Amino acid sequence: MTVAAAAQPTSSATMFSPRWIADHLSRWPLHIAVIGLTAAWMVPTIGLLVSSFRPFSGQATSGWWTAFANPTTFTISNYTQVLSAGTTNLGQAFFNSFMISVPATVLPVSIGAFAAYPFAWMKFPGRNGLFLALVGLLAVPLQLTFIPVLSFYVQHLHWTTNNLEATGIPGLPWVPLWLAHAGYGLPFSIYLLANFFRALPSDLFESAEIDGAGTLTVFFRIVLPLSVPALASLVIFQFLWVWNDLLVALIYVGGTPSVAPLTVNLAGLTTSLGQGSNLLTAAAFFSMIVPLIVFLSLQRYFVRGILAGSVKG
Amino acid sequence: MSSVTYDHVVKRYTADITVVKDMYVEIKDKEFMVLVGPSGCGKSTALRMLAGLESITEGEIRIGDRVVNNVAAKDRDIAMVFQSYALYPHMSVFDNMAFPLQMAHMKKPEIDKRVRSASKILGLDNFLSRKPRALSGGQRQRVALGRAIVRSPKVFLLDEPLSNLDAKLRGQTRIELQKLHRELETTFIYVTHDQVEAMTMGDRIAIMNAGILQQVGTPGEVYDHPANLFVAGFIGTPTMNFVPVTTSDSSAKASGFELKLPKAVPAGKGMLGFRPEALTDKPSDVSTLEMKVDVVERLGSDQFLYGQVGGDAVTARVDPRMKVEPGDTAKLGLDVRGLHLFDAQTETAFF
Repeated sequence: MTVAAAAQPTSSATMFSPRWIADHLSRWPLHIAVIGLTAAWMVPTIGLLVSSFRPFSGQATSGWWTAFANPTTFTISNYTQVLSAGTTNLGQAFFNSFMISVPATVLPVSIGAFAAYPFAWMKFPGRNGLFLALVGLLAVPLQLTFIPVLSFYVQHLHWTTNNLEATGIPGLPWVPLWLAHAGYGLPFSIYLLANFFRALPSDLFESAEIDGAGTLTVFFRIVLPLSVPALASLVIFQFLWVWNDLLVALIYVGGTPSVAPLTVNLAGLTTSLGQGSNLLTAAAFFSMIVPLIVFLSLQRYFVRGILAGSVKG
Repeated sequence: MSSVTYDHVVKRYTADITVVKDMYVEIKDKEFMVLVGPSGCGKSTALRMLAGLESITEGEIRIGDRVVNNVAAKDRDIAMVFQSYALYPHMSVFDNMAFPLQMAHMKKPEIDKRVRSASKILGLDNFLSRKPRALSGGQRQRVALGRAIVRSPKVFLLDEPLSNLDAKLRGQTRIELQKLHRELETTFIYVTHDQVEAMTMGDRIAIMNAGILQQVGTPGEVYDHPANLFVAGFIGTPTMNFVPVTTSDSSAKASGFELKLPKAVPAGKGMLGFRPEALTDKPSDVSTLEMKVDVVERLGSDQFLYGQVGGDAVTARVDPRMKVEPGDTAKLGLDVRGLHLFDAQTETAFF
């Protein structure tokens, strides 16, 4: 009786009866904790949003929460200034970020899938050793690779942004960055997908073998469709990481406005004396839109994919 | 439609792990052959070698006259139904059944025709657009069968296809499978650990234990004339009674009784076997057992008595009208036609 009442408080107890009130009060600590945590996490974002609608003078002298006292000072001038092509190049940077993020996501995920399949389902000598080495690569800090990789690009391949732009081939200046991001993303990509593939039931593969499906057919028609959750979560991980990355982009393509992504552009908006920081708030909010869309549209796969990839069976 | 021959087949994983030992069996065209044995006896491995999922260490497997040792699974003209059904979860029922035909590059209209005729046989017409997860266990099982049927293979391989079904459905499906076998007129090779399935479905049964083929025969043969102690104990529920005896010429002496054997055997130690139904409530002067009854089970159609004859545990299946209570001493007759005697050392049957 009590169990049923707790599970369905509204149906078993009449509204506002002592029982109904007790049932509802007992849930308050949980609700308060959840709402409190959510609010705490959202405060900086809300602060950023409010600040982005305040003039520079206001931002520099008082906290964002004081703005509500006289709402008349709210302005959209930060946004109009940031979005006007002449001052900040934000449109170009936005486009560059896309041009960097999409291939830098597709490459490691697709190559990772091709690599994960043999690790999971084909027998070849050295498989376990190679996989262990791969897992080891997860622990290598990527800062360690900047100097050797960059000097290889520049000294041996002569892949500087200037040289690559001079060829006139569109997209070519981003190739070093795409390859770098693919390299940094691959170990995790292969690791996650191999674990996911391995958890697929072996009967499916044997059945497909008897049905006459070759390795590639099995991969494209059975393994990939069944791995959509893992692939989606990997796409989110990688896309968010590349979109938000400043360091790797700065190192491999530099700050040339025609190729630099949003993050580099944002970092350049504000001077060391703090001028332009009003623009930064608007621009930062603007740059958040895309990750939010990607995350919200794929998040239901995200949770499922993490669970499915890490817990075997 | 084809015969299958296991010609002295051996499956060895390492030097000391041999799971199938020198297996020789000829399965006739259109026969329903059941491989049965306890888990780990090598029956599934034997089937998987025929399917092409495991390599053959020694010997030959022939389908018809063709040696298939080095033929790829897809070219062996076989179809297999897995215990887990192994349906492709992301494909509809139609696509599941069409998959092997698409792999064989069959034309669309022909695929459509075959899938529809198979789904008609199996009563799946109304489910063709559903995904496997929206089907019941029995329906999934039929889709797995359908995927095998559409290929019209020479040999059907079924690996414990009923073990994921509940008891009632299993009984129905057993009958449906037998009908299907008659309709398709194709060789069926069926692996199970359930001796009831083996007895009811098989034209012939091959009993395996510890990688060794023990006996091949019709259900009647293996029940009435088990080749050795293992087969005698494996086939039949409740199991056959085994009583250690000392034999001399043609009489056998157990701890609780002595009887004349129908055939002369060498003197020595032996194991006397008789099924519970060989005991009756009509004692005869030839062989009468005095059984101290411990437990009585009345099932309506049958009555099982569990007790002791001398120092040996014995089960009897007697007429339900016989009046017995636990603690009684029942006088039971033993039908000598149902007697088996096994060599105590080699465990092979004298008769």
